[in-house]
Amino acid sequence: MADREINPRVVVVGAGPAGVRAAQTLLAAGIRPVVIDEAARAGGQIYRRQPANFRRNHQALYGTEAARAQAVHDGFDAIASAVDYRPDTLVWNIADGQVWTASEKGYATVAYDALILCTGATDRLMPVNGWHYAGTYSLGAAQVALKAQACAIGANVLFMGSGPLLYLVASQYVKAGAKVAAVLDTSPFSNRLRAAVDLIAQPAILADGVALTRALAKAGVPVLTGVTPLEITGDTDGGVNGARVRLADGTERHFAADAVALGYHLRPETQLADLARCDFAFDAKTRQWLPRRDPDGRASVAGVYLAGDGARILGARSAEVSGRLAALAALADLGRPVDPLTLTHLRRQVASYARFARGLATAFPWPHEQAANLPDEAIVCRCEAVTAGDLRRVVNETGAKEANRAKAFSRVGMGRCQGRYCGHAGAEVIAACANIPVEQVGRLRGQAPVKPLPVAIAPEGEE
Amino acid sequence: MANPVSVSDVLIIGGGLMGASAALFLRQRGRSVTLLESDLVGRQASGTNFGNVRRQGRPLHQLPLANRALAIWRRANELLSADVEYLQSGHIRVCYRERPENIAKMEEYAAEARHVGLDLELLTGNALRDRFPFFGPDVLAGSYSAMDGHANPRLTAPAFARAAQRAGAQVFENTRIIHAAKQGTDFVVTAEDGRTFQAPVLLITAGAWGNKLSQQFGEPVPITPRGPNMSVTEPVPYAIAPAVGVMTPVEEETVYFRQVARGNIILGGSTRGPSYPDQYRAYVLPQNTMKQLKQIRRLAPALANLNIIRVWSGIEGYLPDSLPVMGPSATTSGLFYAFGFSGSGFQIGPGVGETMAELIDTGTTSIDLSHYDIARFQKVES
Repeated sequence: MADREINPRVVVVGAGPAGVRAAQTLLAAGIRPVVIDEAARAGGQIYRRQPANFRRNHQALYGTEAARAQAVHDGFDAIASAVDYRPDTLVWNIADGQVWTASEKGYATVAYDALILCTGATDRLMPVNGWHYAGTYSLGAAQVALKAQACAIGANVLFMGSGPLLYLVASQYVKAGAKVAAVLDTSPFSNRLRAAVDLIAQPAILADGVALTRALAKAGVPVLTGVTPLEITGDTDGGVNGARVRLADGTERHFAADAVALGYHLRPETQLADLARCDFAFDAKTRQWLPRRDPDGRASVAGVYLAGDGARILGARSAEVSGRLAALAALADLGRPVDPLTLTHLRRQVASYARFARGLATAFPWPHEQAANLPDEAIVCRCEAVTAGDLRRVVNETGAKEANRAKAFSRVGMGRCQGRYCGHAGAEVIAACANIPVEQVGRLRGQAPVKPLPVAIAPEGEE
Repeated sequence: MANPVSVSDVLIIGGGLMGASAALFLRQRGRSVTLLESDLVGRQASGTNFGNVRRQGRPLHQLPLANRALAIWRRANELLSADVEYLQSGHIRVCYRERPENIAKMEEYAAEARHVGLDLELLTGNALRDRFPFFGPDVLAGSYSAMDGHANPRLTAPAFARAAQRAGAQVFENTRIIHAAKQGTDFVVTAEDGRTFQAPVLLITAGAWGNKLSQQFGEPVPITPRGPNMSVTEPVPYAIAPAVGVMTPVEEETVYFRQVARGNIILGGSTRGPSYPDQYRAYVLPQNTMKQLKQIRRLAPALANLNIIRVWSGIEGYLPDSLPVMGPSATTSGLFYAFGFSGSGFQIGPGVGETMAELIDTGTTSIDLSHYDIARFQKVES
């Protein structure tokens, strides 16, 4: 125990806004953390950096978020040599107080006394018939193409889904000179008015959001709300050629496009929390299972801390704060002095972001009702090509109403993404078919490896 | 005491492959059956194992049971009105160059197995490599069983339970039995929530949980819960027909793989992990995954080009001699056991169900159960 107090081993997984701020906080307290990040360069997703030889400036890449992105990047660059930084490295399993990593060099273990998981988020997706045609991307992927590679996903791109990212990415495409066919939001506009009471918690972010919508309108991009996606049209050889939707007034319309960016806000990447054996609880507001944590980020397992969007979706600004908080919680648990006023201040900020996030969930709800109306031929699980009809047949014929049971019988969520992209939608299809609340369906258990792992992998330093 | 939820001819505790298939075969014999499962049918050992429908390598005395099971596997889809993905695509068991003495053992086994209805073909050198070009240079010889194969364990036990249900069995899932006793001529078992079930015959097929029940009848067994070490690759074009395994005395070297019709290659073996029956969880230890991949590369180097996309485990009950407890109780009339299959119960599962149904229905069976007598543990301890 003594060594743990003098020289504790702290591992931070993820070098986005939460991980960077956590690492800085630890270093300031005299602890040299191990920072393990899947990406080649620190910054995370929303502040993802372009490859080293690309030359666009921060303003061009991040727009309204340029100063924050710059601060996170500079903040990490200043400490990169002082921490044990392991880029291009995946944490693929956790057991017995060690994380297991994989990289081009092979596999390795890193023991920890405290583990701060800042694993970020990926797109939350609701299937629509035809979304498997080439040319359908998630919103996040559409943004990554632009930010990392300066590529648009198509020459005439349709943005469909809901949530702040829908407007952000569409406006980034417009700004980059890409043609945006339309922005089709499934949420009715009236939701935003109901959400105002919570959205006002972060007036600056709210103002940025309103400005984005205005910029799209000014650029002549049709922005429609209360839209119901019916199908992405196209064919297997030629890919996407548009989308057919029902508008708020009940009329059907087809929008031509050669690519569709689809997404319904984000979902936390919780597999590592799962592998660390953390408890999860159902969040009724967003209809998903989230790892339990205290206000400072302590998970149900001693020594494990959760920060940023990997714990719950509160956004990049909140991630910087929750990253610091989680590091302070770890420091306090390791017997280091922590200023209670700082804690109070940071907790207050997170609470404000949480209120704003509640507003976003009201304004841009997850359209779970779409799952019930998916045609039987619509693919739910793209990895394993499991259709809504396959899943419903399993529910009806075998009585499988639990997520893992339905997976065992139908292969839904059994492919290489392990249900990260279809898990929520699959649960909604099961719940609607079995006529039970979605929380009763449960959640897909995470299994290692978090991402595919080469059979060829050998210990680091061994051929 | 409240009225029992069900009164039937036979009560079965444990909805794995053994219990579910016994339920079906008892119904076919006209016995009324109640099957009680503490979680969901076929979720642990029966559902998470490798899926080998393999007779070769089993003790010779077990082959009649394995043959009986094979006959059921061959008509499983028809019997169950469900596709359990059974493929009679062969099984090859190989040995490594560093243990050449295994060739003689394979020959001896093949000679004896032939008399018990298992035909094996021994292959070495070019004959082996021409037919199975994926083997690495360490592989010395192989024993090929054309009539063995593999099936999907996730689907099999549930398909038996559904077939039993259609045939009239009552199946109660999420029914955790905490107390079992014989009262007069009937067994009365009590679930955690107070429900009771009654029958003059009780069959315990509770896998790693078997001892919790057998000890209530004065027959404790030294069962150890462990878990299989499983991985699966991404799907690739279907190219490997047989299930493949290694014959070796070293646990770490004992790996096996098979390719499913979907294209994924399932990898199993090397070191088993811990499992926790009270929590209904088993974990794959990452070090065991790494040991397994190393051994797989040795067995079939081409597999090194693939990625694994998932690992899993489940709760299996192991007995010290790796043989199950199967047959009548030594203390209590009307009580029967079939559990503790020690990681090799999948292939024989349907045969176990049919044999137990026969034993319960007729009082006897043609299958020799002497090796599986529960009394063998009582003798050792006293």
